[in-house]
Amino acid sequence: MINERSKPGKAHIETATLDVERDRAELERSWETRPGFIGWLTTTNHKSIAIRYIVTAFIFFLFGGILAALMRIQLARPRSEFLGPDAYDQVFTVHGSTMMFLFAVPIMTALGLYFVPLMVGTRNVAFPKLNAFGYYVYLTGGILLYLGLLSNTGPDTGWFSYVPLSGPDFAPGKRVDIWAQMITFTEIAALVAAVEIIVTAFKMRAPGMSLNRIPLFVWAMVVTAFMIIFAMPAIMLASSMLATDRLTGVSTHFFNPAEGGDALLWQHLFWFFGHPEVYIIFIPGTGIVSTLIVTFARRIAFGYTALVLSLISTGFIGFGLWVHHMFATPLPQLGQSFFTGASIMIAIPSGVQIFCWIATLWLGKRLELKTPLLFVLGFVFTFVIGGLTGVMLGSAPLDLQVHDTFFVVAHLHYVLIGGAIFPLFGALYYWFPKWTGRLMNERLGKLNFWLMLIGFHLTFFPMHQLGIQGMPRRVYTYLPETGWGALNLLASIGAAVLTAGVIAFLINVFWSRRHGAPAGDNPWNSDTLEWATSSPPPSYNFLYIPTVRNRYPVWTVEPDTPVVAGLRTDVREALVTHTITAAPDHRYELPNSSIWPLVLAAATAVTFIGVIFTAWAIPIGAALTFIALVGWFWPNSEPAALEAERHRSLPTGDGLSLEQQT
Amino acid sequence: MFFQDLSGAHSSVEPATPQAGRIANLWWVMFYVSVAVLALVTAALIYAVFRRRSAREQTAPVDLSPNTNRERKATRAAAVALAVTIAILFVLLGLSFTTGRAVSFLSNESPLEIKAVGHRWWWEFQYVDPVPSRGFITANELRLPQGRQIVLTLTSNDVIHSFWAPNLMGKKDLIPGQESRLIFRPEKQGVFRGQCAEFCGFQHAQMGFLVLVESDGDFSDWYNHESQQAVQPSNDSEKRGRQVFLSSTCVMCHTIGGTPANSNIGPPLTHLASRTSIAAATLTNSRENLAKWVTDSQKIKPGNRMPPNVLGPENLDDLLNYLTSLK
Repeated sequence: MINERSKPGKAHIETATLDVERDRAELERSWETRPGFIGWLTTTNHKSIAIRYIVTAFIFFLFGGILAALMRIQLARPRSEFLGPDAYDQVFTVHGSTMMFLFAVPIMTALGLYFVPLMVGTRNVAFPKLNAFGYYVYLTGGILLYLGLLSNTGPDTGWFSYVPLSGPDFAPGKRVDIWAQMITFTEIAALVAAVEIIVTAFKMRAPGMSLNRIPLFVWAMVVTAFMIIFAMPAIMLASSMLATDRLTGVSTHFFNPAEGGDALLWQHLFWFFGHPEVYIIFIPGTGIVSTLIVTFARRIAFGYTALVLSLISTGFIGFGLWVHHMFATPLPQLGQSFFTGASIMIAIPSGVQIFCWIATLWLGKRLELKTPLLFVLGFVFTFVIGGLTGVMLGSAPLDLQVHDTFFVVAHLHYVLIGGAIFPLFGALYYWFPKWTGRLMNERLGKLNFWLMLIGFHLTFFPMHQLGIQGMPRRVYTYLPETGWGALNLLASIGAAVLTAGVIAFLINVFWSRRHGAPAGDNPWNSDTLEWATSSPPPSYNFLYIPTVRNRYPVWTVEPDTPVVAGLRTDVREALVTHTITAAPDHRYELPNSSIWPLVLAAATAVTFIGVIFTAWAIPIGAALTFIALVGWFWPNSEPAALEAERHRSLPTGDGLSLEQQT
Repeated sequence: MFFQDLSGAHSSVEPATPQAGRIANLWWVMFYVSVAVLALVTAALIYAVFRRRSAREQTAPVDLSPNTNRERKATRAAAVALAVTIAILFVLLGLSFTTGRAVSFLSNESPLEIKAVGHRWWWEFQYVDPVPSRGFITANELRLPQGRQIVLTLTSNDVIHSFWAPNLMGKKDLIPGQESRLIFRPEKQGVFRGQCAEFCGFQHAQMGFLVLVESDGDFSDWYNHESQQAVQPSNDSEKRGRQVFLSSTCVMCHTIGGTPANSNIGPPLTHLASRTSIAAATLTNSRENLAKWVTDSQKIKPGNRMPPNVLGPENLDDLLNYLTSLK
């Protein structure tokens, strides 16, 4: 709720003595989360929710990895009888769906939900209750998918669920419905996170952090969030159309050619989301890479503006590529050429970023090859390979040969593991001390990196050749005569090495949590504001909202750098600033803990899960949702004493002042 | 037999048609360009990391105002690298466009037209003849004359499949309610293997087919033979076998030309014995394999649409005698 409005413009800077101890005690009290289970359920602290997201998404990553291991065991030799087609189809579908919807997007947006408020110097995300709601919705979607798999009702038509195979005629039962509703759950969560990130980054930045001073990681998250907002509705629409096609008594026939529907419509809607999805996963990775490279090179980013413009242009061009997933369908050749052009063009911004990163490293100080940096270097090498095979796939005639083969399996893992998981692991090593106050073990970290890098290339490099030699994707077995046995065995051995790398990571996390070297506030000597507070940060993030004079606030902090005073400490209040200049605008009261996000998520769950079985779930769910929203928006009454306090602590003038700490 | 080693029989880089040859050339251009780009980027990265730094470069904790001269040089180098990248991409785009045109246009001569229909999980090939009665349908084995332009029209009766014989041409989807087209001219004789490339359910993995490219003479002989109805049983056992076929569930899905069996849920068996493989190019066509397939195909290809058949040993024997006689 908006308490005060002030005229935009130059804030005046005053020198004042701040009562640090009183402010800290009050902030502690007003931002504290209730202890116990109820507190856990009602918290709206962005850090608790983001950590939950990260841990949950990582658990899904492990589940998805186990499924991948099952596939590699099955394919290690021809005609293996380890998994039958029914089990294999469920396993590969749930593997892909998990990695895309339950792991990659959520863990990247979760990093944003944790670090965007810290990096822009504010106390919480813009809509804390909505944020909590997003997590519960996401969790429900994930549990739904795995309950399906464990009850032999796992979806089995691929993460792309092409119709008519996934339609009512060829996929009876509830398997595909579970998939479709899982999509709806996770995409709502993604949209929620996107809204949080955009508003937080645009309206809640520390004074002085004008658009051209936003940290590169925050830029990456903003571009990602905009892509989510434009891409996710397409898949939610498609999955809902599929659900209504399949729902007995509704049977809409959107995708049924026999009743005037169109099977290709699904592919357009799916890939209009599906291709940007790749960039939604990859762009946060580039944000991580830019952040880590600047820290380790100990110099300013080479080509900050070029890097930001590359991100933005990737975000735009990413929406013009979807037909390159459909080159094998009967589309006109000239039309396909435009998509070839766009697919090849997107290599340009990626190239710009790689050149800027190499230049930053080149011109930087001596590099200490710590684990986070190793992952970044592994990323550059691996991602360049994935990018080059991407150019091949973008070429319409060559794609006719390699499309839907193991070549694509290799390519997509080079792009997603190389482009997102390597940076992610680098980020986990880099930010672990911020979360726990302790550094992760370097020796285990290096072991982790080398096992993952070698295991990854052993697993996926041979798949390029398998694709060229005729092995299609999504096959549960192959004949011994095909000659694909040796390379598949090699890939399976690589998968074992990769698994060992992930196990080394897990050991490192559990060991370092207790026994890691104490980190202090800023162990890597980094430049962004999350390192300007304690590790782990207090619930209110910063005692005083910092101010920013350039792109590298922590490197240039001086004893007389002003901080923001005048924000209320007795309620949860944050500073809203102007989108472009980040000049202070007004104060904004953030909500306290609340149970209503959980209630609303439960109502949503009843609706979406119920609609798998009956259309009556929609009116019933709407009524429940209405009740939950009434509770959500019910105004809090403020005690009179608090009201009096409000007037006492208000400074004069525009309600805000920048004060020099003395 | 042909099932010894197929490793070169489904390879994108061992083309048997000019069309696949054009694509293979494009592949090799892109491959070598990619190797060069990767080598340059990796070299630059390694140098950037391990470059020897002067003592002065190492002392300051962070570099906030870098040496403008070096920055300018680096900017120039990055701009050159970007220009080279763009140039390479435009060349690849041009090559891609010309290759795309070359592989999707017909030449003037009259083509051999074949219609391919995808089924779960087998391939129906309809040879369209100007004289309708000479047209015929076969399954899972495509025979083609060497040196003649082929136009394959592709569609599906159930879900989406994709026709892919890498040595002949790239893949095209078979989509219910739509028709797509593949054009190529086989110029090498031999046996090539193809496989469904779009996930289509349980037996997607083993929805294979063979392409036999033959001389014109061999092809015409085969063609004339296929145009005929099935041969009549020549002895009592085969006659009983036919009776077993016609009086059991077989008849509900299969066609044998010249008999009342006339359904196309499963592959036509009119000239079954002249095919080299059964079960969508999964098993060699032998009496032993046929027996296993007829009695319990679910064990070989779980989830396929052929039910297990309980036949007495004598009935089975007669049936196999009949089926193996269908040359």
